[in-house]
Order: sequence, then C-alpha cells, then structure tokens
Amino acid sequence: MESVLARSEFPPSVYASAAADFIHDLGSESSGHTEFHYWLQPDVAALPTPFPTLWTGSAQLLPLLRWLKSGISRPFAMLYDLSAIDERQRQHRGEGPTEQPASDFTLVYQLLSLERDLFIVIKVALDAERLSAPSITTVWPAANWYEREVWDLFGIDFAGHPHLTRILMPHTWQGHPLRKEHHARATEVDPFTLSRHKQSVEQEALRFHPEDWGMSRASDTSEYMFLNLGPNHPSVHGVFRVALQLDGERIVDAVPDIGYHHRGAEKMAERQAWHSYLPYTDRVDYLGGVMNNLPYVLALEQLAGVPVPERAQVIRVMLCELFRIASHLVFYGTFAQDVGQMSPVFYMFEDREKLFGIVEAITGGRMHPAWFRIGGVAQDLPQGWDKLITQFLDYLPARLREYDGMVLKNRILQKRTRGIGAYDTKTALEWGVTGPGLRATGLGWDLRKKRPYSSYDQFDFEIPVFDGGDSYDRCRLRVEEIHQSLRIIRQCVDNMPSGHYNSDHPLTTPPRKARTMEDIETLIQHFLNNSWGPVMPPGETCAPIEATKGLNSYQIISDGNTNSYRTRIRTPSFPHLQMIPKLCRGLFVSDLIAIIASIDFVMADVDR
Amino acid sequence: MTAAPSAETFPVWLNIFGILISVVVIAAGLTWVERRLLGFWQDRPGPNRVGPFGLLQVVADMLKLFFKEDFIPRFADIPVFVLAPVIVMATMLLGFSIIPFAPAIGIIDLNIGLLFFFAMSSMAVYSVVLGSYASNNKYALLGGLRAAAQTVSYEVFMGISLMGVVMLAGSFDLRSIVLAQQGGWFVLPQCVGFAIFLVAGIAESHRLPFDLPEAEHELTAGYHTEYSGMKFGMFFVGEYLSILLISSLITTLFLGGWLGPWLPPILWFALKTGLLVGLFILLRAALPRPRYDQLMTFGWKLMLPLALLNLVATGGLLLWRAG
Repeated sequence: MESVLARSEFPPSVYASAAADFIHDLGSESSGHTEFHYWLQPDVAALPTPFPTLWTGSAQLLPLLRWLKSGISRPFAMLYDLSAIDERQRQHRGEGPTEQPASDFTLVYQLLSLERDLFIVIKVALDAERLSAPSITTVWPAANWYEREVWDLFGIDFAGHPHLTRILMPHTWQGHPLRKEHHARATEVDPFTLSRHKQSVEQEALRFHPEDWGMSRASDTSEYMFLNLGPNHPSVHGVFRVALQLDGERIVDAVPDIGYHHRGAEKMAERQAWHSYLPYTDRVDYLGGVMNNLPYVLALEQLAGVPVPERAQVIRVMLCELFRIASHLVFYGTFAQDVGQMSPVFYMFEDREKLFGIVEAITGGRMHPAWFRIGGVAQDLPQGWDKLITQFLDYLPARLREYDGMVLKNRILQKRTRGIGAYDTKTALEWGVTGPGLRATGLGWDLRKKRPYSSYDQFDFEIPVFDGGDSYDRCRLRVEEIHQSLRIIRQCVDNMPSGHYNSDHPLTTPPRKARTMEDIETLIQHFLNNSWGPVMPPGETCAPIEATKGLNSYQIISDGNTNSYRTRIRTPSFPHLQMIPKLCRGLFVSDLIAIIASIDFVMADVDR
Repeated sequence: MTAAPSAETFPVWLNIFGILISVVVIAAGLTWVERRLLGFWQDRPGPNRVGPFGLLQVVADMLKLFFKEDFIPRFADIPVFVLAPVIVMATMLLGFSIIPFAPAIGIIDLNIGLLFFFAMSSMAVYSVVLGSYASNNKYALLGGLRAAAQTVSYEVFMGISLMGVVMLAGSFDLRSIVLAQQGGWFVLPQCVGFAIFLVAGIAESHRLPFDLPEAEHELTAGYHTEYSGMKFGMFFVGEYLSILLISSLITTLFLGGWLGPWLPPILWFALKTGLLVGLFILLRAALPRPRYDQLMTFGWKLMLPLALLNLVATGGLLLWRAG
C-alpha cells in the first residue's frame, strides 16, 4: 500500500511567520519558568495553517496554560477547543526527531490568540492506567462542557471539575463511545432488548432532582418553581432542554441540557472513507449546507498537499456565502418570531426558497448538497448560473430594507432585545464565543479577513461590528453580514476565473478520468481511489473557517489509511450554549427566549 | 329590564336563538377568515383545500375536534378543568345579549347594559385562571398568572375609558348610546377613549400583542396547554367570540352601531364590525409581543392616566357647556 500513498507537498505558508514568532517568544519568555516543561513537536508548524504543538505532563498543564493565557506577550485569550485522542491503535506517530511521546490517550487543548492570529495545540499524554488530568475550569470557564464531553466520550477524569457528568450520552450509558474498543454500530453487539428492569432503571434516571443539576429547591423566603423548557418547545430550535429555577417569572438559575441530537458524527468519521464522510459534515450545522464541507476538505487538502484550482476556490466561496445568507435569513425570521412577531419568518423563508432554487440548479441538492470534494467541487457550474444569481442579488436588498422597517426598527422588538443578554469582548473570549456573537461586542475579528482561506483575500468586503453586545446587536450584525455576503457573491459572479473545477492531484475525489485509458499508473490510481477511496498520508491537520455561526474546524488525524483515525469537529454552537445561564440569570422567561433566539445555534451543531 | 319596543318586530325566541347561533357560527367561521387573511398577508395560501376557497375547513376542524379523545390529564382537577372552557363560552355569549345589532335585532336592552358587559368580561377571566389552575401544569400556571394580572390591570381603564361615551349619551343602555350618535359618531369627540378601549379590548381578548397568557413561544400554549378536543375548541371559539364581541361593542359605542345611509342597518353593523375584526387580525400579523412587565407599565403608567384625563376632560367640557 505504501507505493500508492501520495506524498504531501506543502506550499510555503503565509502564516509561517506567526508560528515562528510564537516559537521564538516561547523560547525566550518561558526560560524563567521552572514550573512547567514542554516539548515542541517539530513537524506540524510547517502546514499551510500551522499550529505549533506543545507536549506537556498533566502536572504541569495548569501552570503552562495560565502562563499562555496571561503570562506570554500577546497571550492566548481563548480556549478554542478541548478534546482527546485514543492513541492505542495508532501506527504512525512520527519517527526520529518528530516522534511523539508515548501515550495511550492524549488530551488536546487548542488555544487561540487574536493578537497573533495563531492557533496552538497543547497536548498531554496520559497512561491508560491513570486516566486523569487536572481540570482547567479555573483558567477558562468554557472548559466545563468540553471536559464533560471528554469524560463522557473517552472516560478521562478531570480532577477538580465542579460537575463531571455525562453530557452527550444518556446518563445510563455503558462505556465511552470514542474509545477504540467501543462499538460503532448496533450490529456489532447483541440485539437490543428492553427488559422491565431496564425500563424502570431508564425511567428512574429521567426523574428530575434539582440538586443533581446544582440547584436548590428553596431559599429563605420562597420556594422555587422548576420549569422544564424543552427538549420539545417551540422556541428552542430543535431538541434542547433548559431546566429553569424560577422565582415567579424571574430566572434564578438555568441549566442547559444537551445531547438529544447527538449522532456520533466523530465516531462515524472513523468508519467512513475520507470521501464518503462528506455528506455527514453537511448535517452538522444543517443550516450551513456546503459551508460544513469546507473545513473538512480544506483540512484534508492541507494534509495531502492537494492544490485547489482558482475556479474551484471561488465557486466554494460563492456557495458558502449563499449558504451564509440562507442561514442568516432563518436566524432573522426565527428571531422575530421568538419575540412574538409572526410574519417575517414567512417572508424570509420565501427568500430562502429562492436561494435554494439557485443551490439546487448548481448542486442538485438543497439543504445538504454535500457538493465540495477533496481537491475541488463535484461539477462545474451549469449554464446560466450567473443569471440566476444576479437576479437574486438584485432582488434581496429591497426585501432586506423592508425587513429593516418590519423587524429592526420595530419599537416593541427593540424594547424586548436591547440590553438583553449583553456581554463584553473579554467575557466572549473567556467563554469561547466566536462569529457574530463576538463581533457584536465591538471586536471586528473575522477569520475570512484575519486568516483568509479559499481565496477570501481576493475579495473586497467589510466586517460589520456593533458594540452593544446584546441580543439586538447580534441580530443587527447578521443583517449587515447578509449585505456583505451579497457583495462577495457579486464579485464572484463578475470575476469567476476560468479553468478546472477540481484538482488533477491523484487524491482528488473523484479522480479525473481523462488519462485513465492511456497509462496504467493513472488507471490504477483511478480504480483504487474509486473503490477504496483515497489513502491520505499520515499526519495531523486542522483548518478553521468562519462558518455561519462562528469558527468551525475539523481536526483530523490520518494514520495513512482510507479512513480517519480520529476526527474532531469543533463547532461554534457548543460553547455558545454553555453561556446561557450566565446571560439569563435575574431576567424573565421571555428574555431567555430572546437570548436563545439571538444566539443562533443549531442543535446538530452542538451535539454532533 | 324590559325588551326594547323596537325589537318586538321579531319574536323574542327568534332573536335569542338567531343571534346566539349566528354569532357562534360566525366566530367559528372567523378561524377560517383569520387563517386566510394571515395567509394573504404572509404570501401563502392558507387553508384552501376543503370546499370552495377552503370554506369547509371549519367543518373539517370541528369534526376532527369532536372525534378526538376527550382527554383529561390524570393530575388535573377534573370538575374545574371541565367547567373552565364552558365559562368562557357562556360569558361571551351572554355578553352578546346586550348588543343592539339593528333597530329590530337584539336580545335585550338593559338600562345597565354596559355594566353587564363589564361583569361578563370580568367573569371570562375566571375561565382562563380556573383552566390554568385546574390543569396543574407549570406553563398553564404561568399563563394563568399573566392572564389574571393582565385582565385586572386592563379592566380598570377599560371601564374608565367608556365613561366619556356614557356621559355623552347620558345612558348605560347600548341602544340609547347608538341613537345618541345620530348627530355624529362618538369616535370623534371620544377619540382618546376609542383608542384606549381598543387597546383594552385587544388585551381583554388575549390577542397579539397582548397574547401573553398563551404566548406560544414562551409558554408553549399557556393556559390551555393541557386542553385538547372540543374543550380546546371551546377556548378557541371563545377567543373568536371575544374578538367579535369587542368589535361589536366598539361599533356600537364609537362607530354609530347600525347607523349609516343607503345600506340596511344590519349590513352597516356587520361592515363596521368586520373591519374591526380585520384590524385585530392585521395586528396579529404585524406586531411582536412586549414583555410582561412592559405590558403592565404600559397599562398602569400610560393608559390609566390617559383614561382618567379623558374622563375629566369630557366631564369638564359637558359641565362647561351645560353652563
């Protein structure tokens, strides 16, 4: 098999200097600190989106993270992601100078520095006999849910965590699903039976005890009411549950409960071939359509060194922005609906329907086209595509002006949402908030500008910023983003490059067929890529993008196989929901609904 | 309390049953009107499958509701739970007995007609409060609490807003009030009273933007969360009866009732009432919902002083004119 493995050749990265700066600062500034040691993994800093990787021991983790968060110059303010890897069956972990430390389970902390425009990775090697690490909830409150997730899916204990319970799986679940020995399909285990005993155990587990959720039943003066909002409720946008502790209609505490939409997308990635996993990505943020394909294919292209033709890049940008508009329109309509305005959502769904008409003409699909491919897109644009899109570009702005008057300028709506659920930039970074939720706090940080991928640097557009940080500004900001997306799409239409819609690299899926009947090497490559699917070179990669709701990335580990060894999906909605209790304490139930509406989450994006 | 002489051209029983049956039928029909109108305003068809223009949708809905299981939750307070929807139907229908639809059409002309309406509309809130209490459901409870607070607050100035009309007409009897408008509709001299009563009336019938007791986006279905089948149907029709009643009352008190040239009086009455009903529906299509405390502030701090001011001004003006 080694003979058909493609070589990875990376083009020189424009961000290499940011990584080099960091490595330099790390060396010079950490010399005085004896409380932590680290080992810098030499190979990953060379990727087109480099992420310097530091290994450290679990005892030194807290001091190192504290120092990186506030000690180092231009610090890493955000805990971008926290996950783990079950390394026990992994074959390729580097050789010689790049060989990674021995580890059964590796904890992966991904940090982001806005000043440096740099993501870094901290890894902690754990022994299977002693699966425990210190909790970092004292450094970043956002780590709370992430650590619960790692505990749930890997069974790694976090010492000092305030509430380490399962978060995605049911509380009665046996085993930890992302461990390699855990079955991926029901057919790998005995058929499911529900005995009377099992049923009663399951039902008993559903009984609500406020104490288990960290809430008290009464104060000195009053007895609280507990309201179970969801998992089925008109305003929670999917299956999301919030347990509310109420004093009258005032919220004393709120505890979100997620996991109802968990489908094990990360586990599935370990079974599916690289190519056939694409449709699963579409369903992560199901309003984002092909936007979800992008971080996945970008990561793989980076891993395998697949160059993407310009035309494919611009087609991708155009489709992504179309979906950004579609997603924001759904947000806009449901936002108005959740504060009680009935009609806008109908108008906006009609616009979205027009958008889907275009998407259908181009891709053949509507909400989940799964249309991007490793190395390009699935087909070329159809004849007359530009006319369709131009029509839409001319049509939408007038509609948006109408909605301004209907929704944004409505006095009742303003009274309901202004100053509700407000937070500042520092809090946002602390809690891992990205996307419109971050930009509404006055920080114009958008990955499309800061770290352009897929030729975004070729486009002329602005990053809308508002500084109220409240529900109203989050809505206003998305409306502005629709206008900017229209601008980007117009530029795509005007300047669509000619050329091929996919790469001629051998790992492109599906591989080009042109030369297969002429030479045997191309024929073999084509046959294998179509039957097995492509074999990705071993390595680790990650390529974040600015998705509709914030930063989305796929952290992929290839073990030189036809499928992924580990795929970690970092979604924006997950940390956003974690903030809800902080935002709604002391407010009314109606305010909670407005806050939930303004966050713009998709439960599939939270639970994966 | 005697039947008005003008109503004697029709036999009393015909008046009673004719009016009661037609208002119930019209209220049920309003569900179709509302859905069609909303559809029209929201760029979608609305119910258009059953019968011509979907007109028989009402019949289909009724059949469906009748054949649904008559479900009462185990934890409900059963007698109260059953009684609550009956109260709303009964009080609303009783409210119609004082409306003079046309010179010869109307059930009874009470010399305390307006007060009787207030009594009935205050009674109607019991159905919501009792229904929510008996459901033993937290969403319903919150809805009931909101309904009680809202009705109490809004009824205060609802009554006061009408006193201007009463002073101008010099009577509580609705037929006399209509006849007093022959010189000009009260909507002009009492424009403030009209606006206030319109707001209070919308609040009274729990329609957007005052639909907080059921606020589906917050409280799922509010006070009738646990109701299904025909008991839900009664709440539903009760709401439309209340829209119809408020619209009829506004027509009677401010828009000259059946008065108007050329057309037969009953048609004038229907036309004016119909337009008001349309306004109710348009409001629902257009407005978001304020928050509970904002609603209370609006009622107590703006509407009530305004209503009192209107009362004082009207009274002062009348006294000044009388010399």
